[in-house]
Amino acid sequence: MSPLSACLVLSCLLFACGLGAVLIRRNAIVVLIGIELMLNAANLNFVAFWRYGPNPEALTGLMFALFALAIAAAEAAVGLALIIAVYRRHRSSDVDAADELRG
Amino acid sequence: MSVLFVLLAGLTLGAAWAAVTLRNLVHAALCLIGSLAGLGLIYIQLDAEFLGLAQILVYVGAVAILIVFAVMLVRGTEPLVGRLSTSPWLGGAITVLLAALLLWAVSKSPRLRAPTPPAPTVTVKAIGQQLTRDYVVPLQGIGLLLTAATLGAALIALPRRGSNPPSTPP
Amino acid sequence: MNTLDQLPETLKDHVVGVFPAGLQPWISALLAIGALCAIFPALFALTTVLERKILGRIQNRPGPNRVGPAGFLQFAADGIKSLTKEDIVPRNADRLLHFLAPLVVVIPPLLAFSVLPIGRNLVALDLPETGLLFFFAVGASVEVGVFMAGWSGGNKYSLLGAMRALAQLISYELPLILSALTVVMLTGSLSLVAMVEKQSAVQVAGLHAWNLFTPWGVVGFLIFLTAAAAEANRSPFDLPEAESEIIAGYFTEYSGFKFALFFLGEYLGLFAVCGLGITLFLGGWLPPFTWLNWIPSWLWFFGKLGALIFFFIWLRGTLPRLRMDQLMQFAWTFLLPLTLINAFVAGLWHFTADWNVLFRWALSAGLLAAAYVALSRPFARAFPRRTYRFAP
Repeated sequence: MSPLSACLVLSCLLFACGLGAVLIRRNAIVVLIGIELMLNAANLNFVAFWRYGPNPEALTGLMFALFALAIAAAEAAVGLALIIAVYRRHRSSDVDAADELRG
Repeated sequence: MSVLFVLLAGLTLGAAWAAVTLRNLVHAALCLIGSLAGLGLIYIQLDAEFLGLAQILVYVGAVAILIVFAVMLVRGTEPLVGRLSTSPWLGGAITVLLAALLLWAVSKSPRLRAPTPPAPTVTVKAIGQQLTRDYVVPLQGIGLLLTAATLGAALIALPRRGSNPPSTPP
Repeated sequence: MNTLDQLPETLKDHVVGVFPAGLQPWISALLAIGALCAIFPALFALTTVLERKILGRIQNRPGPNRVGPAGFLQFAADGIKSLTKEDIVPRNADRLLHFLAPLVVVIPPLLAFSVLPIGRNLVALDLPETGLLFFFAVGASVEVGVFMAGWSGGNKYSLLGAMRALAQLISYELPLILSALTVVMLTGSLSLVAMVEKQSAVQVAGLHAWNLFTPWGVVGFLIFLTAAAAEANRSPFDLPEAESEIIAGYFTEYSGFKFALFFLGEYLGLFAVCGLGITLFLGGWLPPFTWLNWIPSWLWFFGKLGALIFFFIWLRGTLPRLRMDQLMQFAWTFLLPLTLINAFVAGLWHFTADWNVLFRWALSAGLLAAAYVALSRPFARAFPRRTYRFAP
C-alpha cells in the first residue's frame, strides 16, 4: 500500500466513524463529535494530497487545511452553544427532543 | 508506509471509534481529543509541522475544553442510560455502504500508485506570505467568521430574559 | 571563557564518543532528555525550600530550619514523606483518569523545556520553523490533565477547582500567546534560537538589544509576566487551588506521590513559562552588556530564571488573591485589548526603524500610555481608593 492510499484509507475510516455517530447516536454532543471527526478526515485528505501530489511546493492543500481548522473551531463553538440553548429549553441533550416543528 | 504511521493511525482510529461508541460522554470527549492529537502527529509525520502543531494547539487547547465545558453544562457526566439510538439499522447500513464505496474507490484508483515526491521544505515564512498575499481575502473572511461565531455563541448560550423565561432548574 | 561556556556540549560529545557510531544519535538524545529531566526537577526541589524560607522571611518567621543545614534538606524529607504515604483513590473515582491525570500534568512542561535555548548552542530540540508553536501546543495539553484530575475524583470541590482553572487558563492563554506574538513579528521567525540571536545585536555602550529595552518590550514583558502568573497558578491568581476556599482545587482527591506530582507539574510549568519569558524578552542566555560575556551563557539563563522565580515568590508573599469575576474582567477587558494595542505598537516600531530615536520612543510610549489610561479607567471607577480608619 502506498503512503497516499494508506492516508486515504485512514481518512475514509475516520469519516465513517463520524458519519456513523451523526446518523446513529441520539446525544447531541456525540453528534458534534462525529461532525468534528468528519471535518478532520477531510482535512487529512487535503494534507495527504498536498504531500504526495505532483506539486507540493504550491502549499494549496496545506492552506485549505489551515482554513478548515479555523472554521472547525468556530463550528464547535456555535454548535456547543446551540446544544446548551436546547438543553436549557428541553432539559435534554437528545437531538430527538427538539421536535416542536414536527407536523 | 512506516511503522510510526501504522501506530499513529491505530491510535487515531481506535480513539475515534471509542469516541463515538462510549456511553460516558466525558470519556468520549477525551477520546476525541486523543484522536485529533494523533491526527496532528500524523500531519507532523507528513512534513506539515506547522499544521500539526496548530492542530494540537487548537483542538487540545481550545475545542477540547469547549466540549468538556458543554458536557458539564448539559449534565452529561453520568453515563447515558437506555437506548443510544432510534434508528441504528438504517444509519449503520448507510455508514457501512458509504465506507465500503469509498474504500473500493481508493483501492481502484490508478493514480495513487504515483511515485512519492521528495519531502517539500515548508517554511513558516512561505505560509505567512501565502496567507497575506494570495489568501488575504479568505484570511479576512475567517477573521470575520470567528468574531461572528464568538458573538453568536455568547448570545445563544446566554440565558434569555423577559418574555420567555427558562424553566427553573430542579 | 569558551571552554566553560561550551562545557555541557563538550562533555556530551565526550560521552557520546565512547559509543559505536550507530548508537550515537540515540545516546545523544538520551543524554539531552536525561539532563532536562534531572536539572529542572532538582531546581524544583531547591525552589520548594527557598520559597518557604523566603515566605517565612516576608512573614517574620524562620521557615523550615530542622532538616539538614539551615533546613535546606527539607525537600528530601518532604519527598520521602510523600513517597511513603498511602495512595488513596476515592471509591467513586474514575480510576483510569485518576491515574493518568498527574502524568498529563507533569509531562508537557518537561517536553516544553526541550525547545528552550539554555545557553549558546545549548538547546535540546532546535525547531527552526516551529519552536514557539511547539511550546504552546505542548503547554495546551496541561489543560486536559487539569480537567481529568478535577473530574475523575468525583468530588464537587475538585470539579469546581478544575472549572476555575480551565476558565483561567483559557482566558490568560490569549494575552500570553499574543504578547509572544509581538516578538515573533519583530524577529520574523518562530524559532526560539533565532529570537535570542536577534537580541544579540549591540546597541550603544555594548548594551545588547534585548527586547525589554523597547517600549513594546516593556509592556509586552509585563503582560507576559501577569499572564504567566495566571498560567502557572501563582498568587495572586491562585484561585484554582485557593486552599482557604476550595481545599486544594482540582487535586483535592490526590494523596501521597500523585499529589507531589501535581506540585512538581505546577512548578515545572512555572519554570517553563519563565524560561520562555527570558528567551522572548530578557535576551535568553545573553548578558546585558558585551563586556560581561566571560560569564558562561547557561549561568546567565539560570540566573535570570532564579531572579524571575524569586520575583514570583515575592509576589506571593505580598499580594492577596483575586476574586473570580475580577480575574475574568481583568483578562478580557484590560489585558487582551492592551496586548492587541501593544502588537500594533510593535508593528509601528518595526516600520519606523529609520526615524529619530527620541521621537520613535516618544510616539510608541505615548500610544501605550494613552491605551493604559483609557483601559484602566473602568477599574479606577470600580475600585475607588480605599481609606481605612483605625480605632485610636
